[in-house]
Amino acid sequence: MSLQDELQSVLEKGLEKINNSTDLKEITNDIKVNLLGKKGAITKVLRGIKDLPNEEKPLVGQYANKVRDEIQTALSKKQKVLENEALNAKLSAEKIDVTLPGSATKIGHPHVIQAIIDQICDMFMGMGYEVLSGPEVEEDKYNFEMMNLPKDHPARDMQDTFYITKEILMRTQTSPMQARTLEKHDFSKGPLKMISPGVVYRRDTDDPTHSHQFHQVEGIVIDKNITMGDLKGTLEFLTHQLFGDKFDVRLRPSYFPFTEPSVEADITCFKCNGKGCDVCKHTGWIEVLGAGMVHPNVLEMAGVDSKEYGGFAFGLGPDRFAMLKYGVDDIRDFYLNDVRFLSQFN
Amino acid sequence: MQVSYKWLKEYIDLDVSADELAEKIERSSVEVDSVVKPSAGLKKIVVGQILSLEDHPDSDHLHICQIDVGEDEPLQIVCGAPNVAVNKKVIVALPGSRIADNVKIKKSKMRGVPSFGMLCALDEIGFPKDVVPKEWADGIYFLPDDAKLGDDVYDYIGMNDELIDLDVTPNRGDMLSMYGTLRDLSAIYNKPVDLTYNKLNNYSDTSSEKQFSNAANIDAVKSYKNRVINNVTVKPSPLWLQIRLWNAGIKPINNVVDITNYIMIKLGQPMHAYDLDKINGNNITVRNAKSDEKIITLDEDEVSLNDTDLVIADDKQPIAMAGVIGGLNTSITSETKNVVLECAVFDPIKVRKMARKHVIHTEASQRFERGVDVNNLDNVLEEASFMINDLANGDVCEDILTAVDHREKNTNVNISLERINHVLGTNLELKQVIDIFERLGFGVKANGNELDVDVPTRRGDIHIDSDLIEEVARIYGYDNLPSTLPSGKTTIGMLSPKQQLIRNSRNELQALGLTHAISYSLTTPQKANMFLMQDTYETDLSFPMSTDHSVLRMNLVTGLLDDVAYNQARNVKDVALYEQGRVFYKDSADQVRPNEVEHIAAAISGTLDNKRWNNAPKNVDFYDVKGILDSYLKSLQLNGSIEYVATDRYPEMHPGRTADVLVHGHYVGFIGQVHPRTAKKFHIKETYVFDLNLETLIDLPKQEQQYDLVSKYPSISRDIAMLVDENVTNQQIMNVIVKRGGAYLTDVNLFDVYNGKNVPDGKKSMAYSLTYQNKKDTLTDDEVNKAFDKVERNLVKEFDAEIR
Repeated sequence: MSLQDELQSVLEKGLEKINNSTDLKEITNDIKVNLLGKKGAITKVLRGIKDLPNEEKPLVGQYANKVRDEIQTALSKKQKVLENEALNAKLSAEKIDVTLPGSATKIGHPHVIQAIIDQICDMFMGMGYEVLSGPEVEEDKYNFEMMNLPKDHPARDMQDTFYITKEILMRTQTSPMQARTLEKHDFSKGPLKMISPGVVYRRDTDDPTHSHQFHQVEGIVIDKNITMGDLKGTLEFLTHQLFGDKFDVRLRPSYFPFTEPSVEADITCFKCNGKGCDVCKHTGWIEVLGAGMVHPNVLEMAGVDSKEYGGFAFGLGPDRFAMLKYGVDDIRDFYLNDVRFLSQFN
Repeated sequence: MQVSYKWLKEYIDLDVSADELAEKIERSSVEVDSVVKPSAGLKKIVVGQILSLEDHPDSDHLHICQIDVGEDEPLQIVCGAPNVAVNKKVIVALPGSRIADNVKIKKSKMRGVPSFGMLCALDEIGFPKDVVPKEWADGIYFLPDDAKLGDDVYDYIGMNDELIDLDVTPNRGDMLSMYGTLRDLSAIYNKPVDLTYNKLNNYSDTSSEKQFSNAANIDAVKSYKNRVINNVTVKPSPLWLQIRLWNAGIKPINNVVDITNYIMIKLGQPMHAYDLDKINGNNITVRNAKSDEKIITLDEDEVSLNDTDLVIADDKQPIAMAGVIGGLNTSITSETKNVVLECAVFDPIKVRKMARKHVIHTEASQRFERGVDVNNLDNVLEEASFMINDLANGDVCEDILTAVDHREKNTNVNISLERINHVLGTNLELKQVIDIFERLGFGVKANGNELDVDVPTRRGDIHIDSDLIEEVARIYGYDNLPSTLPSGKTTIGMLSPKQQLIRNSRNELQALGLTHAISYSLTTPQKANMFLMQDTYETDLSFPMSTDHSVLRMNLVTGLLDDVAYNQARNVKDVALYEQGRVFYKDSADQVRPNEVEHIAAAISGTLDNKRWNNAPKNVDFYDVKGILDSYLKSLQLNGSIEYVATDRYPEMHPGRTADVLVHGHYVGFIGQVHPRTAKKFHIKETYVFDLNLETLIDLPKQEQQYDLVSKYPSISRDIAMLVDENVTNQQIMNVIVKRGGAYLTDVNLFDVYNGKNVPDGKKSMAYSLTYQNKKDTLTDDEVNKAFDKVERNLVKEFDAEIR
């Protein structure tokens, strides 16, 4: 058998072996070494070259290289195939149920009332209002008298009060912050634009619609040229931001001792879209806040000249907003802190 | 005030529905609670006549009635009412009808006798029980004899009217009458109304003065008048009058009483009628009550009076509580022959205080509290007398006995057109404004754009120009106001550093897994005094509603523990809450107003992890909560080190698992496990808490955020493990390592604490990893070894540590 034939046979057998192999290790070790290694079949054959006549040597040599390349290529190809197979087998073994629950990290939730208060604060800060907070234990003077509610005023009956002494009480409203800021504000530095969120207290028995503790946000703007149109625009902006601008806002006359004119703002009932339902007591409207032009007495009592300065004030209840917005039907839910309740809000 | 739509339309030409009218009233005058048509929801309720009736064979009270309802055949209806009587026209609910409360009437058998419908009492077709006249309270109602058989009954008894329930604000007392409401509607719709008063042409021969006298020398009475009417015939009022009353929510009593009530709802002036013959002596006095006096009211309640109460008294005793309610003894009954009418104005504050004190809120007190027109008493008296003459055949004495007659002048308010437009943001013209005032019945004198407005006394709510601006705004319409935002000098709106820190704190704790709770600030004295962080006195309410909410809190923890208990009682075992709010400290018992101090606190019980299918969550321990607190405090970028100092000084906390928290040497709060005894009291499982004085944290200096060079030279780590006495704390070891660590020590990390097998009793093994780095050069082993040896030597020296 000529060397060429031997090489031919090595090639054929080698390729057959490679083709038949299903073992990656066999390909990368045994077969490779046996064929291409120092002691492999090709090397073995090539040792015979030195005995060939000179003119044949290059031909056999060329052929040997060709065989080597072919085997090399076949080996690489096969190696890739087997590696792919192996990887695919591994991947398929690693398959998981992606519908199993993820390992979520527990995060806390904001209280829904706080979230609403923050939203309101952000909204008004964007319009240049400062945010101020006042004492929860308040003087009768600020809570009532300077809000144009002298002793024996009938409107005091509307707000049952927790007293600590005759003159000191748990504030029934955030309105005393109107008086406190009016007293302090330096109008030479510019207008007063302020909102004041906080906790207020009423001497009420807790039930689904009453809580002895709840929240209010007070707002006041005083300058030389503030109009009731400005109040209307501000309230429309506020209610549209909080409830959505597809709802209509309606202002209607009301009465608060510390504003004149006084209005209440209603929005279209979002449950029935104004058609009338239980939530809106079949009126199509839901009352959301009270407001008005600051009463001259309030300005004067705080030392502000009501001829020169005027403006508007409003007060709203985040508890009520949350109840309306989310359909919470018991105000006590806000203060019981049931985790299952709190964690519904983000 | 429940206003009849039909009655309104007798006076004013309105082409709007009751609902539209109500909407207009809401947008222009006062709130409307509801618009109700009493017949709404009722069906197949018709006029019938009892043709015959026989006793039910198996009952001692049921009757079998044959009822003509205008059909060919009479209906047989079994009825248990005691007053069934042949020939009477009655209210018949036919088979298939609907009566009150959406109850459906079907044909049925009553004790074996077929019954085709039901004969109805007024409350059965929806009348509130408290407006049903006494004579009809216990039986079926008889319709007028001329009622047409088979007709729906609704029109006969006013049930097709629509009733607009006004929720009148305290300033608009004038709206508590038909005339007042009509005046407002006249202005709103710009339509005329003719509001006149009836007056008799001829009076009786006798006089009030001959039979009677009155006196009222007291400030709380602005006006007090009486008139005597003789020889009245007391009987039920005609149906039209009864309908007016019950549709206004007032129970018809008898013609004389009904007339006083009718006058009240029509004209807004409360009145009272006394039985002259039951008054002791022939004169009455308005005076303060004496402290031992009592009165039995028309409601048959006995009321104990004292000298803050205003009464009308005869020679012997009080016969009425002024402006609130009359007395039973002198009330008008079917036997009454001679009547003393009372028409008065009492002080609003006085009436309000009496009504509140005795919890007797009446139609009269409601009106006096809001103020009635003191100048209109004569008109009212004449109208009432006219009606009593007409409906009760009374002989009216011409003279009116006046004890006090305090008249008021119209209010004059000056206002300019510019002022109105300035406040409203409008561009109204002078004639528009004048028109509005005139429509309201105000007199207007214009001098250029300056207006002098003359406001009649019936509008007692108008005193200043702002009040007039409100009138213009509401009649012009709030819908027509422009919608703008405030203009003027720019102002800055942003959170103060304190507010920002509080908001950041909330966000940080939420990110760390805690949910924001808001608890009550008012608590029990016991809870207020727990978990105290400083010496303080409690702030008590003077008249709490309940002991549960009687004292201001002095800690946030107890509120959170109540929350934990609430959740765990509902099988929610894992609770991680924080609260941010105020506690109320007092430095001395005499201090009246407490210091309000912002705190932030947390309570964690159970696990912080979600329940996982692949990993059992572990319950939190001290170190988990400390880790949360650490992360939170770190987020505040406080300048100075944070220290935890073991303490057993809080009786409600675990004495071995509690630490005071110090920042830069300042006490800011505490952290630890709630004492098992306390936990038991609150009915909670193992719970960890911290409570921090947020104001201290706010006041403490903060680090400026700075960039720290990230070194390009490698760091070298060395581990050290040692046996130390078990009382030696991590803090002590850390202090030594940090102090002796040398310039290149950048980080120390405890990675193992062990005191089990192979560790002698009383000892523990602690292992730390120390990281060294020179930011400007490569560290040599030599440099590190030297520094590390120094730490080792000092640990041995300080703690007798056995280096392993």
